[in-house]
Amino acid sequence: MERIRKAFSSPAGISITSSVLAAAGGLLFGLLLLLCFRPASAFTGFLNILTTGFSSPAKLSKVLYQSAPLVLTGLSVGFAFKTGLFNIGATGQYIIGTLCALYTAIIWGFPWWAAMLAAAVGGAVWGSIPGICKALFNVNEVITSIMFNWIALYTIILVFNNTPAILDPVGNRTMNLAAANPGAIIPKWGLDELFGSQYMNISFFIAVAVAAVIYVVLNKTIFGYELKACGSNRDASRYAGINAKRNIILSMVISGALAGIAGAIYYLSGTVQYNLEKNLPSPAMGFNGIPVALLAASHPLGTVFSALFISYIQVGGETLQPTFAKENIDIIISVIIYFSAFAMLTRMLLQRLLSHKKESGSKAVPAAVTAAGAFPGEDKTTDDNASASGAAENEDTGDNTDNESGVSGQ
Amino acid sequence: MTVSQLVSGILASTVIFSVPLMLVALGGMFSERSGTINIALEGIMIIGALSSCLFLNKTNITASHPLLGMSAAILIAAVAGGLFSLLLGFAAINLRADQTIGGTALNILAPALAIQLTWLIQGQGQTVINIKNVRITQAMLGLTASENPGFFENLIFKYLYLTTPVAIVLLIVSIIVLYKTRFGLRLRACGEHPQAADSVGINVYKMRYAGVVISGVLGGIGGLAFTVAAGSGFQSSVAGYGFLALSVMIFGNWKPVNIMLASLFFALFKVIGGYKDYIPFLPKFSNITASENIYSMLPYILTMVVLIFTSRRSRAPKAEGIPYDKGAR
Repeated sequence: MERIRKAFSSPAGISITSSVLAAAGGLLFGLLLLLCFRPASAFTGFLNILTTGFSSPAKLSKVLYQSAPLVLTGLSVGFAFKTGLFNIGATGQYIIGTLCALYTAIIWGFPWWAAMLAAAVGGAVWGSIPGICKALFNVNEVITSIMFNWIALYTIILVFNNTPAILDPVGNRTMNLAAANPGAIIPKWGLDELFGSQYMNISFFIAVAVAAVIYVVLNKTIFGYELKACGSNRDASRYAGINAKRNIILSMVISGALAGIAGAIYYLSGTVQYNLEKNLPSPAMGFNGIPVALLAASHPLGTVFSALFISYIQVGGETLQPTFAKENIDIIISVIIYFSAFAMLTRMLLQRLLSHKKESGSKAVPAAVTAAGAFPGEDKTTDDNASASGAAENEDTGDNTDNESGVSGQ
Repeated sequence: MTVSQLVSGILASTVIFSVPLMLVALGGMFSERSGTINIALEGIMIIGALSSCLFLNKTNITASHPLLGMSAAILIAAVAGGLFSLLLGFAAINLRADQTIGGTALNILAPALAIQLTWLIQGQGQTVINIKNVRITQAMLGLTASENPGFFENLIFKYLYLTTPVAIVLLIVSIIVLYKTRFGLRLRACGEHPQAADSVGINVYKMRYAGVVISGVLGGIGGLAFTVAAGSGFQSSVAGYGFLALSVMIFGNWKPVNIMLASLFFALFKVIGGYKDYIPFLPKFSNITASENIYSMLPYILTMVVLIFTSRRSRAPKAEGIPYDKGAR
């Protein structure tokens, strides 16, 4: 019993508990909504959400297939979080990754791994722009990333429309990869036959491998340590001789590359074609990286599990149609994000709750919880010069306001 | 198409598309001036448009009382937007949550909720809520439409919706409230230096709530204004206008008049892509398919350039995005 409590009050335990609570809260809200709309079929619908993913090997392979890009966008958002940046532009980087992957695969005949590398480069370039703007010009990365999401969307429509060879003659979408360049399809290694589903390939395992690499980079290298130091307190890290500007740019480059690979891994599966009529839907893959990263508290290995969870309820959500719209899952996801927004508060409450029972040995924990840096710092201040600040919000409020005092009377 | 028709057409479309941008950007301005980043504007617009379009569609009131119906719809959009924005206020102000993440949640929630409700009310698979008779015609005002409308008749009546005069009134009210009232001064103080404001007895939490709710009200009306301007009913989306409005707000440097000019400028770019074939001096990109996308991209690129060059002189509220904690030093 004592051991269990100890496990729960450890930083990791508290992170996991608060994530599970957020997920449970989201699911509960989803159930309530179904009950409000159509009470008669609410429970069967909800049960379907919870069970479909495991109901057959084919469904399970769909869960794995959809989780691969989610793992990568989640890693992308989480990696930027660690440096105190909010990369809401994963969607744009994902789109540019898709553009590069499909272009190199179909037009230049690249094999799948080379197309994936091209996507990583494309995403990295796209991600570097908000990074450079933030580091050199102090422009808020949230605004820049949102702008570049839209620029990316118009770019991909322009490029694909002007490259007739890439388009399927039948519809307004890209060529079927199987016809255009079979070598660009991510290998399946016989898994498709094993699972009896065309969706099954090695993409999930690639994503897990990438997550492991990111874990090592963040936790076992000097570079990763510097990034996290920048995220927790930029001033302190600068004082310690860390080049914060370089780290901001590099962090966005890596974050962008991850989102770019996500685009490649989804569209090089050979089972989907990019649809040109697509608007930028808010709950697109890139945006879903945000709940994935938040649920995982930005931990690279946790990202794998939270991506599996999101993908699992999405596959389950498809069975809601036609009684309910499958967008119910987006509602659940948004509620999870909403709860995650005050994760810090939940964690503090949990902390108090658990340490109340056990007085000793828990004093070191609050600091550790903050240092775990699940949170994007509180640095999304503004574009003004004094905005560099730390993760601890209490310090922020003081620091930030003392340049140029007072009310702006225009 | 004659030059007169062309120019009046472009101007009329520019005005009609600048209205939602201006309203929503003004909303964002109130919220940020009070110290809360409101990235949820897109979601707020959707909720405002959803509720008012449902009202118009279900009651069909505009068939008999067009002006009264639209006035009621505007009120409903305002109330719905205001209520929805409370969700952001609660997370950002009471729980001191991360404002950007909270806003992102609402942006995902709103379209999903709208689709779900549209299905439920309109029947399965239905994605559009149609609205009719929302344009103000000459006949409604007791005038007669001429055979060959001249420049001004075209300009005013080609696309005239009640949201346009309402927006002009709201702009003037915004300027007065922000700069000429005690409330406006206090609101700005909370966005610049909440501790100082608190020390002279201003309730920072209350002021920030006021800012967020005003942004919800204006955002909701903006959602309706967008839907009538787009003209094809409500489709659970406002096509990124909430995000575009954020850039309008930044472009306008958090000041009402500048925001109005910026919204006209952005709307012009949106409109001009469709008219480029008629305008001799514009590059046609005739060897490029889907070249209207180049024009769509321009406002965003321009915002970026402006941001880079003006970031040092930016007038962004100093305390925006930082949750106010009364207990902090």
